[in-house]
Amino acid sequence: MLLPFLWMISTSLKNQGATMVFPPQFIPDHASFQNYKDVTGAFPMLHFLGNSLLVAVLTTLGQLLLCSMAAYAFARMQFWGRDKLFLLYLATMMVPAQVTMIPQFILMKNFGWLDTYQALIVPGLFSVFGTFLLRQAFLSIPKELEEAAFMDGANHFSIFWRVIMPLSKPTLATLGIFSFMQSWNNYLWLLIVINDKSYATLPLGLSLLQGRWETNWNMMMAGVVISVLPILAVYLFAQKYFIQGMTMSGMKE
Amino acid sequence: MVGMTKKKTAFWVAVFLLPNLIGFFTFIVFPLLSSLAISFTNWDLISTMEFVGIDNYKQLMVDKEFWAAFTHTVTFIIGYLPLVMIFGLACALLLNRKVKLRAFFRAAYFLPVVTSWVAVSLVWKWLFNPSYGLINYFLSFVGIEGLNWLQDESLAMPAIIITSVWKDIGFVMVLFLGGLQNISTSYYEAADIDGANSWKKFWNITLPLLTPTTFFVTIISLINSFQVFDQVMIMTEGGPGGATNVLVQNIYNHAFRYFEMGYASAMSWILFIVIFVITLIQMKMQKRWAD
Repeated sequence: MLLPFLWMISTSLKNQGATMVFPPQFIPDHASFQNYKDVTGAFPMLHFLGNSLLVAVLTTLGQLLLCSMAAYAFARMQFWGRDKLFLLYLATMMVPAQVTMIPQFILMKNFGWLDTYQALIVPGLFSVFGTFLLRQAFLSIPKELEEAAFMDGANHFSIFWRVIMPLSKPTLATLGIFSFMQSWNNYLWLLIVINDKSYATLPLGLSLLQGRWETNWNMMMAGVVISVLPILAVYLFAQKYFIQGMTMSGMKE
Repeated sequence: MVGMTKKKTAFWVAVFLLPNLIGFFTFIVFPLLSSLAISFTNWDLISTMEFVGIDNYKQLMVDKEFWAAFTHTVTFIIGYLPLVMIFGLACALLLNRKVKLRAFFRAAYFLPVVTSWVAVSLVWKWLFNPSYGLINYFLSFVGIEGLNWLQDESLAMPAIIITSVWKDIGFVMVLFLGGLQNISTSYYEAADIDGANSWKKFWNITLPLLTPTTFFVTIISLINSFQVFDQVMIMTEGGPGGATNVLVQNIYNHAFRYFEMGYASAMSWILFIVIFVITLIQMKMQKRWAD
């Protein structure tokens, strides 16, 4: 299971001659980090890494805030048409992304957002799954808690921020980690809205690397390692939440 | 609410709900409806939109390339689904016991799941390299030599299937682990008293009680695999000779390479209908198991 990863690391430490040796060497004779220097020097890998971080962090924070606020309204407030509106949210969950992708692209084009960070961030902020997940969590918090707070003169905002949010930390962490990963690994959407590589995140950047150095496998593997390490670090740190996010949504990416 | 006027409540509902609601309608509901509308037109984004009724759908029914893409997707699923289910279940069964290094194995199997498709596809493209790839090297031990995986029409799809199974084993495993933990140990204790062996226990207790989970995992994987794209785009771009051109690759080509927005939208709606039917079946079956 880990062999492809080990082979990736091994290749990334070889010089170009050593990748063309048969039978393959598992432990390179002259291991060096030269490929990492080359791939970050001649190719903007670090810039892509920065883009990935920026987009993933902003998408995650924005999504958490927008989803939790709407979830609060759906779970804790009474208003006309609430349940029907929520049903509409739920109904859109089974729509595959490919259906909305073409009009979303046209929307981005009309907004003048092609080749911008907005195109990478804004559409990703509105997650129906996230709203649904947080509503479930908020519903499980006892009503008495907020009633007591209202008696003390608290308004909706302070109840949301001081009572509901702190009590929902595990669910927020699950959604946060999950949307971070989705954003980090997103490829198809970037393929559509980004032409100018200065806005590329790592997956798109890697695919550009492929176009440029099809045969330079040692450099490509160095690029892949750079893209895998950050998400790996986050994963090892927050395994539980990754797994929860994926099992609850049934989505792989 | 205690002592709250209607007006005040409306204000707070607006504050909390509106930002999300505006985005929901702009980026989800509106695109969903427009996509349906666009599917009844011919449109290349530049000239004026031309309403053509259900012509796109009629044309799709006789479009050989579309049916080939449909067939390739189904081929992918037929190869991928049984393998990923069997390996995923096997790993879940192994890791459900108190084996040594359980946390390590669990992390190792889940590692490909959190890695991006692009990264995984590039690593496997290198593994499948005909001259210097590790896979042909291993195959040479058993006398199989010189397979040109991604350039061979009959091997490209198997290569994509192998890559996808490897990436998703951990995902299926985690879902099965959840199901296994819901099976009460008392069944196994009873079976022990009757002297049942492990094979019998698996066949007569684990597998039947795992049926709802198995069904759920199958449906989820089925829905996900109808949308297979990233690995295809990176490893073969639908080639060689269209051998791995799957549904989403075909939608992508028609929309963003040939700019046939109407035709591509119609295709995406066919995909939606397929997924919708699968989801309906799941809902029906789940109700039955819930009772």
